[in-house]
Amino acid sequence: MAIAREQDVVPFRNRLKEQAVKIKMGLVNQTKLITAASELVRNMLRYAKGGNVLIEVVTRGRDNGIRLTFKDEGPGIKDLSLALKDGYTTGGSLGLGLPGARRLVSDFDIKTELGKGTRVTIIKWANG
Amino acid sequence: MDRIPILRMGQFLLVTIQVDLYDRLALDLESDLVRTVSQTGANGILIDISAVSIVDSFMGRIIGNIGTVSKLLDAETVVVGMQPAVAITLVELGLPLKGVYTALNVDKGIELLKSKTSLNGLNEGPNPDNFAADN
Repeated sequence: MAIAREQDVVPFRNRLKEQAVKIKMGLVNQTKLITAASELVRNMLRYAKGGNVLIEVVTRGRDNGIRLTFKDEGPGIKDLSLALKDGYTTGGSLGLGLPGARRLVSDFDIKTELGKGTRVTIIKWANG
Repeated sequence: MDRIPILRMGQFLLVTIQVDLYDRLALDLESDLVRTVSQTGANGILIDISAVSIVDSFMGRIIGNIGTVSKLLDAETVVVGMQPAVAITLVELGLPLKGVYTALNVDKGIELLKSKTSLNGLNEGPNPDNFAADN
């Protein structure tokens, strides 16, 4: 799903919500997942002028989960460990986006290359 | 363009957010609210977010800003009706929502606003009972 403008964010969240309900994710986990996704989409829009999000349902034993892959072709992140710290920002925000999103999901992976772009993958399990 | 309506209730302003906010809408709400406070001399803002299922750091910052700026304009802000899942998520996100008071529902929010503004009234002189008449 392409994210190019901020108006794309709400339809994206709705789509994500549908998927989360489909795999019977609890309300709290749904809220955490959608909030984390919202942070990451916002980063994509602010720093990379948009990008693409892939929504997938994944399975681990009996548990289902949702995997989201956020891919952009923006400037990349210079200092990843700094970007993952609470309160660090280059964009005038609160600096909670990346670290906050990481706390809200079960699995968080980020790969970035300067000048090429950033890819963030998160997984939230329905029961975890 | 969509806008969130701001209702006037005596010396307070009431905002009920019924839709999921995108950024522009939230920023407009912030500036509309601040302008309305300064125009009307309202001394309390009640923001009902019971229909909001997601509050991310951007939304949280807007709410915090509304609280901080209104405070400078002598108005208190109370956020009411936060869904439990939203509260849990905010804590984990690390968002403290500084500058605003919270209450469980609109009734309690209004009570809280009344107590805050009448306390201010006692400290600063004017009789709070006259506020409604002034408007």
